[in-house]
Amino acid sequence: MVTNKFDYIRAESVDDAITLMVKHGMDAKLLAGGHSLIPAMKLRLNAPGVLIDIRKIQELRYIKKDGNKLVIGAGATHHDIATSELAHQTYSMLPEAADLIGDQQVRNIGTIGGSLAHADPAADWPGVMIAAGASVHLKGPDGERSVPAEDFFTGFYMTELQENELLTAISIPLPPEGTRSAYKKFMQPASRFAIVGAAAAVTVKGGKIERVKVGINGLADAAFAAGNIEKALVGKEPTEANIDAAVEGTGADAMVMADHFASEEYRLHLAKVYAKRALMAATQ
Amino acid sequence: MTNYIGKAVKRVEDKRFLTGKGRYTDDIVLPGMLYAYIVRSPYAHAKINNIDTSRAEKMDGVVKIYTGKDIAESGINGIPTGWQVNFKNGDTMKEPPHPLLVADKARYMGDGVAVVIAESREEARDAADEIDIDWEELPAVASAKKATEDGAPLVHDEAPNNKCFDWELGNPKEEVDKAMKQAHHITTLEFTNQRVVPNAMETRAAIGQYEEATGKYTLYTTSQNPHLTRLLLCAFVLGIPEHRVRVVAPDVGGGFGSKIFHYAEEALMIWCSERLKRPVKWTSDRSEAFMTDAHGRDHISKAEMGFDKEGNVLALRVKTHANLGAYLSTFAPCVPTWLHGTLLQGLYVTPKINVDVTGVFTNTVMVDAYRGAGRPEATYLLERLMDTAALEMDMDPAELRLKNFIPPFDGVEQPGYQTQVALQYDSGNYHAVLKRALEMVGYEKFRKEQAEARKEGKLLGIGFSTYIEACGIAPSAVVGALGARAGLYEVGQVRVQPTGKVSVFTGAHSHGQGHETTFAQVVADRLGIPLDDVEIIHGDSDSVAFGMGTYGSRSLAVGGSAIVKSLDKIIEKGAKIAAHKLEASEEDLEFAEGKWTVKGTDKSIAFGDVALTAYVPHDYPEGVEPGMDFSSFYDPANFTYPYGAHVAIVEVDKDTGHTKLKRFIAVDDVGNVINPMIVDGQIHGGLAQGIGQALFEGAMYDEDGQLINGSYMDYTMPRADDLPSFEIDRTVTPCPHNPLGVKGAGEAGCIGSTPAVVNAVMDALRPFGIKKDLEMPLTPERVWRHMQS
Repeated sequence: MVTNKFDYIRAESVDDAITLMVKHGMDAKLLAGGHSLIPAMKLRLNAPGVLIDIRKIQELRYIKKDGNKLVIGAGATHHDIATSELAHQTYSMLPEAADLIGDQQVRNIGTIGGSLAHADPAADWPGVMIAAGASVHLKGPDGERSVPAEDFFTGFYMTELQENELLTAISIPLPPEGTRSAYKKFMQPASRFAIVGAAAAVTVKGGKIERVKVGINGLADAAFAAGNIEKALVGKEPTEANIDAAVEGTGADAMVMADHFASEEYRLHLAKVYAKRALMAATQ
Repeated sequence: MTNYIGKAVKRVEDKRFLTGKGRYTDDIVLPGMLYAYIVRSPYAHAKINNIDTSRAEKMDGVVKIYTGKDIAESGINGIPTGWQVNFKNGDTMKEPPHPLLVADKARYMGDGVAVVIAESREEARDAADEIDIDWEELPAVASAKKATEDGAPLVHDEAPNNKCFDWELGNPKEEVDKAMKQAHHITTLEFTNQRVVPNAMETRAAIGQYEEATGKYTLYTTSQNPHLTRLLLCAFVLGIPEHRVRVVAPDVGGGFGSKIFHYAEEALMIWCSERLKRPVKWTSDRSEAFMTDAHGRDHISKAEMGFDKEGNVLALRVKTHANLGAYLSTFAPCVPTWLHGTLLQGLYVTPKINVDVTGVFTNTVMVDAYRGAGRPEATYLLERLMDTAALEMDMDPAELRLKNFIPPFDGVEQPGYQTQVALQYDSGNYHAVLKRALEMVGYEKFRKEQAEARKEGKLLGIGFSTYIEACGIAPSAVVGALGARAGLYEVGQVRVQPTGKVSVFTGAHSHGQGHETTFAQVVADRLGIPLDDVEIIHGDSDSVAFGMGTYGSRSLAVGGSAIVKSLDKIIEKGAKIAAHKLEASEEDLEFAEGKWTVKGTDKSIAFGDVALTAYVPHDYPEGVEPGMDFSSFYDPANFTYPYGAHVAIVEVDKDTGHTKLKRFIAVDDVGNVINPMIVDGQIHGGLAQGIGQALFEGAMYDEDGQLINGSYMDYTMPRADDLPSFEIDRTVTPCPHNPLGVKGAGEAGCIGSTPAVVNAVMDALRPFGIKKDLEMPLTPERVWRHMQS
């Protein structure tokens, strides 16, 4: 497993990284945790001429409360989130999902920013970010902007990130009182990525569901919000029967994937099962 | 304290392994060493119209590029096979050439076509991308059954219908057919015992070193049997002089069979080194390992078992297509025949058995021995039949087995058991292992729990497997008659040093088994000396006289016995020296606790003093040679036959089809046990691999012969959190024909466990009615579909 030759530059700051991206253009790749990029390079499926290492940029690695938002720096590792009290208080699905990523070594090195920017359809964070109503913050040579997580993932390994843009942070509005969440994942047994992952955030007031958001990853070419569930559940009691009815048709409009682990039909079935499991865990 | 046998002594080799100080082939760096990268076929079947290496040759660091044409022109032979199985009509099996690099066409994805040799690994790899090959893709075939159909693509022109051999064993077909006609019930299964990838932790590697000044060759290689590799290299492939060839297999990180075989890369590195006058190293990467290490299993079988009204087995009929891959690996023809057909008696008194096996070439990597080798396939077949028959006849699967077991025999008072399929079992009490397993499970209680769980809609299941294996391979004359082209004895040399310390040279090879501990326990125990005074040396043909290596759970039974023979000679000679020093007669001496004592007196002489006397023979018995160094060859009288009973308890998630293995009980009889901790470890590892095949593993070739799951992202290995804490126990029925009474423990776990898990899942799914069999691995989707159907 030998990569092609490449140059290596360590970026000292976000602005430095952007300058380097502009300088090296399409020949460059950002290196964060590297857990997707390096294997691809070793298999020679990806051969960037330059690696811009952003791992040591301290301004990217934080988890903090900012007004009514939880803000997670792109450089926060999965382990940082798994062990963050702040993340746990905001949405318990955050550390729950973090703990299901790879193994301890992967969690120690892999970053949330890297995972979101890479947009592996089977990654765990996209569904969770959608359920949390997160915004993804991007910075490029022309300044900063933010995109709702729901719109960020546009297809198979594709996102709203433009050339020379860097994903800097994720912000999550603090949920209203009475909100609970859960992330449930049916793992691909070899890679342990999600065949289907379902993240649910549910706000119950006066015995009725006031707000519900379900993000699904693994099922389709990109993570998506299960609008059918939202529509069916808002205003209803969080009973098993209501949930059973609500998950029907989950993923019906999605570009469902298939491989030797799970056919399209089976994935669609699992999406219902796991959406239900996440909703049950967040409500019962 | 020199009583070591039966003690859980901590492994002496672990200090270096756990501190990262093991020395593996790839750790070895020789002065002036070059690095090789092998260019492999991306196609399963393709003609090579042209190879253009001109651009690659100009790349930085490139020293030389050889192609299959260079190999062909040098006139060397290809890789041989070590076992011959003939067609039923007497014709010799088809044995097409297996060149080190192919010149005309590639026959599997991964077939080597060129080797780039450069100053660094990276330069070799980069240059390989610049080689232009004009391929002409040909239709390919990956399935053994499809390969035998008319019109299937031919892997080798000389093997019509891709048949390597067809073979039959047991009672005549007509007799079995007749017995089947009398059956009250016949259980029939048609299934695939899927292909698995061995996945040793250390990938294969080889360094060839030719020294022009001395004319000597050295091969460092990841081998389970360096002497056999040397023999094949010298006598068959390269024709180089055996006495000037040294083969070293240093620390080796797992083999599971896949490192028994002599691979093309080993000969190729020597061949390149001889030409370039510099050492050349090749190290497989993980993708290459998936593609080119010999795989295991891959049988397509139809099996029928006939029973009378009471559930007594009347007959067994088996037809198997065994996938051999694109070429014959070292022991490939033996695995589906003599290691599979011969085990179809199992533990049962089945009076009539006929097995028919067709060995088939396909456009896939070679298939050869993988932990258990043939015996897991036989066990899977029998044990799936047993549980399925019990289900169909509405009998208890444990009762059905107990009813059909061969009665107990110790092989001493009662003779060995002659099977219908060529073997004579050594000793066994088969009822005892199953009864112990049922006790550990709490069988009656479990059936009640299961009934309760079913009422709640939970899918709990229990599955059984009772197995026997032929280990301690093997009596040379017997295997010679069956087609082996080598003897299968072992060599053990014991050299007592003048200070009384002991160096032991064994032809067995440890690549995870802990021989450095177990063998030292035997030696220290027999000689009555501290364990630390014994060093076990293996894996180097320059220090170890000869050896047949480690596989087939043979090391202790055969290699250990060879050491014991030498120890006997040491003690016998020591007694002569001791008698002289003590001025007593040999008959009056007894040897115990590391000293010779004149019986009934306190006059004694210690082992160390006798050793020193042997090397400083000033006051010495007449007619006795100085020194204390004995070598022995041990050729076993029979195979050894470990056996056991395994029970799995599973719960299937009815929403997803996911199987959770809740309990696994294994009661094995491996004969006497030298180190129970090491035996437990062997059982645990074997169970994980056997369970892995049942639930997770399986190499997948598509219709075009592309390996589609050749990475750990796609090929599922069992992991710790997939497995319960194993509940294991043993019975001890000593082997009557070797001096240690040992039978072998390396493969037991892997042989017994697979069908137990599958049977448990089928039992869990019983509320869905009796349906067609499930194919392994029992992936959640397969189980889910089974429930939907």
